[in-house]
Amino acid sequence: MSADRALRDPLDDSVRDQVEAALAAHQGRPGPLLQVLHEVQNRLGYVPPAAIPIIAEALNLSRADVHGVVTFYHHFRQAPGGRHVIQVCQAESCRAMHCDKLTEHAQRKLGVQLHGTTADGRYTLEPVYCLGNCACSPAVMIDGELHGRVTPDAFDALIAPLS
Amino acid sequence: MNIKVYVPRDAAALSLGAGRVADAIDREAQRRGLQVQLIRNGSRGLFWLEPLVEVATPEGRHAYGPVTVQDVPGLFDAGFLEGKAHPLHLGLTEEIEELKSQQRLTFARVGVIDPVSVDDYIAHGGYVGLKRALAMSPGEIVDAVTQSGLRGRGGAAFPTGIKWKTVLDQPPQQKYVTCNADEGDSGTFADRMLMEGDPLMLIEGMTIAGIAVGATQGYIYLRAEYPHAQRALNEAIAAARASGYLGSNILGSGKQFELEVRLGAGAYICGEETSMLESLEGKRGEVRVRPPLPAIKGLFGRPTIVNNVISLASVPVILAKGAEFYRDFGTGKSRGTIPLQLAGNIKHGGLIERAFGLTLRELIYDYGVGSASGRPIRAVQVGGPLGAYIPESQFDTPIDYEALSAIGALLGHGGVVVFDDTVDMAGMARYAMEFCAIESCGKCTPCRIGSTRGVELMDRVLANIDRERNLQLVEELCDTMLHGSLCGLGGMTPFPVQSALKHFPEDFRKTVQ
Ligand SMILES: NC(=O)c1ccc[n+]([C@@H]2O[C@H](COP(=O)([O-])OP(=O)(O)OC[C@H]3O[C@@H](n4cnc5c(N)ncnc54)[C@H](O)[C@@H]3O)[C@@H](O)[C@H]2O)c1
Ligand SMILES: Cc1cc2nc3c(=O)[nH]c(=O)nc-3n(C[C@H](O)[C@H](O)[C@H](O)COP(=O)(O)O)c2cc1C
Ligand code: SF4
Ligand code: FES
Ligand code: FES
Repeated sequence: MSADRALRDPLDDSVRDQVEAALAAHQGRPGPLLQVLHEVQNRLGYVPPAAIPIIAEALNLSRADVHGVVTFYHHFRQAPGGRHVIQVCQAESCRAMHCDKLTEHAQRKLGVQLHGTTADGRYTLEPVYCLGNCACSPAVMIDGELHGRVTPDAFDALIAPLS
Repeated sequence: MNIKVYVPRDAAALSLGAGRVADAIDREAQRRGLQVQLIRNGSRGLFWLEPLVEVATPEGRHAYGPVTVQDVPGLFDAGFLEGKAHPLHLGLTEEIEELKSQQRLTFARVGVIDPVSVDDYIAHGGYVGLKRALAMSPGEIVDAVTQSGLRGRGGAAFPTGIKWKTVLDQPPQQKYVTCNADEGDSGTFADRMLMEGDPLMLIEGMTIAGIAVGATQGYIYLRAEYPHAQRALNEAIAAARASGYLGSNILGSGKQFELEVRLGAGAYICGEETSMLESLEGKRGEVRVRPPLPAIKGLFGRPTIVNNVISLASVPVILAKGAEFYRDFGTGKSRGTIPLQLAGNIKHGGLIERAFGLTLRELIYDYGVGSASGRPIRAVQVGGPLGAYIPESQFDTPIDYEALSAIGALLGHGGVVVFDDTVDMAGMARYAMEFCAIESCGKCTPCRIGSTRGVELMDRVLANIDRERNLQLVEELCDTMLHGSLCGLGGMTPFPVQSALKHFPEDFRKTVQ
C-alpha cells in the first residue's frame, strides 16, 4: 500500500484519510458497505473513484463489487454535485398537485435540467420519488430540509438565500 | 410558572415552518420574561392546521393553527399561554372533530408526547406490552399476535403471527428482527410520522418480536429520504438503552436485544423484503428468488422477521390490552385499525387512523372535505404507485383488504392519493411504466425491458401513432409483466395502467393538439 502511495496526487491523500475515517466508523459491524458509502458521501459530497479500491481492500471485496453497489443506488454520486442539492418530488401525490409545472419552473429558474448541476457549481437539481410529505404536495427537499406546498414563488424564495 | 408549549418536530410540520415558529415562540417568551417549556412533539396529522401549536392548561391542551412566525407576538398578546381566544384558536385539541372521530391505537401517542422521552412514553402507557411479554412464553406471545388478527401493514397483509411462528419454529441460532422502514410508496407517510412521533413504540414492538422468536439483534432499514426520522430513532434508541429497555439484560430479565438503524440509498425496490435484506447486508438491492422465505433464510442466511413499521408498532397495544381488544376493531378478515394517509389534491390531507370499514367516500369527503383545487374529484389511487386507480363510481367501497380486492384494487400501505378532473390518466399510466423502468432492479426481463417498452408504447399512444394497435400492445405487455415478473414491482405495475385503461378509456383517445 505504502509503495504506490507516493505515486498518488495529494488530493487522493485527503480522500484516503476521509475514507479511512469512514471505514473506522463502521468497523466490526456485519455487511457495512452501504453504511460506509454513506459516510464517505457525507464527508466528501460524493464517492470518488479513488475511494473504491481503498474500501474494497478494507472490506475484503472486489473493486467490481464495490463499484456495483455504488452504481445500483440512486443516492450515491460518482462526481461532485453542486453546493446545494435540490430534490423535487415527481411521484403521484405531487403530480396531483402539478409538480410538473414546478419542475419546469425550477429548471428554467436555475438554467439546468433534472440530474444537472449549474455551471457555477451552486445547485444540483434532482428528481425524487416521494418525500413522505404527500399531504403537503408538491414537496421539495433542499440539503436535507423538507418543504411543503411549494409554489413557484415559494421555490424562488427558498433558493434566494443559498450561496 | 413553567408553561408547556408543543411545536412539532415532524418533518411535514417543519416543511410548513414549525421550526421557525418554535424559535419565534422561544424568542418572544424570553423577550417578555416568561417561562415557557418548549416540547417538540410529533404531528397530530391534521396537516391543514400545521404548524399546530398546543399549550398545556389545567383543562387540557389548547390548539392554535396554522401558526406563522408573524402570528406569534399576537398569540402572546391574546394570552394563548392560558388557552385564551385568538382567531387561530381551535379549542381543546382532543375536541377537534377530525381527531376526535378517529380510533387511534397505533397513533395514540403521536403528537401527544415528547417522542424521545422514555418517561413521557411510560406515563402514557408505554412499555406495558413489553412487561407483559417478559412474563409470557415465546409461544404465548406469538399466539397473542396471531389471535389479534394483525396482518402485515406494509401492504401484502400476510398474518403477522403466522410469520413469527415460522421464525420461532426454526432451531435456536442467531435470528434477526428487521423493520421495513423503506416506505417507498408515494402517498404514504404513516411510517415516517410514527418514527418521528413515537419511535419508542416501534422499538418496543421490535423488542417484543425479538423476545418472541429468540432474536437478539434488530435492524431498522430506513429510507435515505427520511433524515428527520433517522435522528428521532437514534435519539430514542439511545434513551431506551440508557433506561435498560434495550441491551444485554432488558429490565433485569436476562433477555438481550440490540437495535441499529441502517440507511437505504434511494432505491424503491429495496422495500421489497428480499431486496431489503440484500441491501442490509451491504449489497446491490437485487431481489432474491423465494423460497426460501426470509422467515427461514433471511438476513445473513438466518431466520428473520421482516415487518413493516406499523405492523411492529401495533404489537405493544396488542400485548398491553389483549388480542381481543385489538381484534374487536375492524370488519371481516381485516381486523384492528388502519392508519390511512390522505394525500394529493385534497383540502384536508393527513393521517386518519380508523377501524377497517370506513368507505373511500367518507374518507375523501368527510375527512378530506373535497379537493384542494375545489374542482370535482375524478380518481383516487389507493396503495401506492403499484395500486389501482379507482373512479368516483366506486367511492362507496369500504376500506378493507377484501372489499378493495373485490373491485380489482388493493389497500397496500393505506395511502390514498386524490386527483381532480384536470388529471390526464393516460399520462399517469405512462408515469407508472416510467417509474418501474427507473426503479427496476434489473433481475428479470418482463420488468426491466417491459417497463421501458411500456413507456415507448404509451408515448405512441399519447402522440396518436397507430393508437388502437399500440393500446392493444400495452394490454399484452401488462399481461406479460403481471405473470412473468419475479417480484411485485414488475408484477404490479400493470395495476395502475390497466385500471386507468379500464375506468378512463377516453383519456387514452384524446385528439392531439
Ligand atoms: N409500504 C410500501 O411502501 C410498499 C411499496 C411497494 C409495495 N408494497 C406492498 O408490497 C406488497 C407485496 O409484498 P410481497 O411481495 O412481500 O408480498 P408477499 O405476499 O409475497 O409476502 C408477504 C409477507 O408474508 C411473508 N410470508 C408469505 N408466506 C409465508 C409463510 N408461509 N410463512 C411465513 N411468512 C410468509 C413474506 O415473507 C412476506 O414478508 C404489495 O401488496 C404492496 O402493497 C408496499
Ligand atoms: C416493489 C416492492 C416494494 C415494497 N416496499 C415496501 C416498503 O417500502 N415498506 C414495506 O413495509 N413493505 C414493502 N414491500 C412489502 C415487503 O416485501 C414485505 O411484504 C413487507 O415488508 C412485510 O412486512 P409486513 O408483513 O409487516 O407488511 C414492498 C414490496 C414490493 C414488491
Ligand atoms: S420484477 Fe423488476 S424489480 Fe422485481 S425482480 Fe424483476 S426486475 Fe427486479
Ligand atoms: S408523492 Fe411527493 S412527497 Fe409523496
Ligand atoms: S426473466 Fe425473471 S421471471 Fe422471467
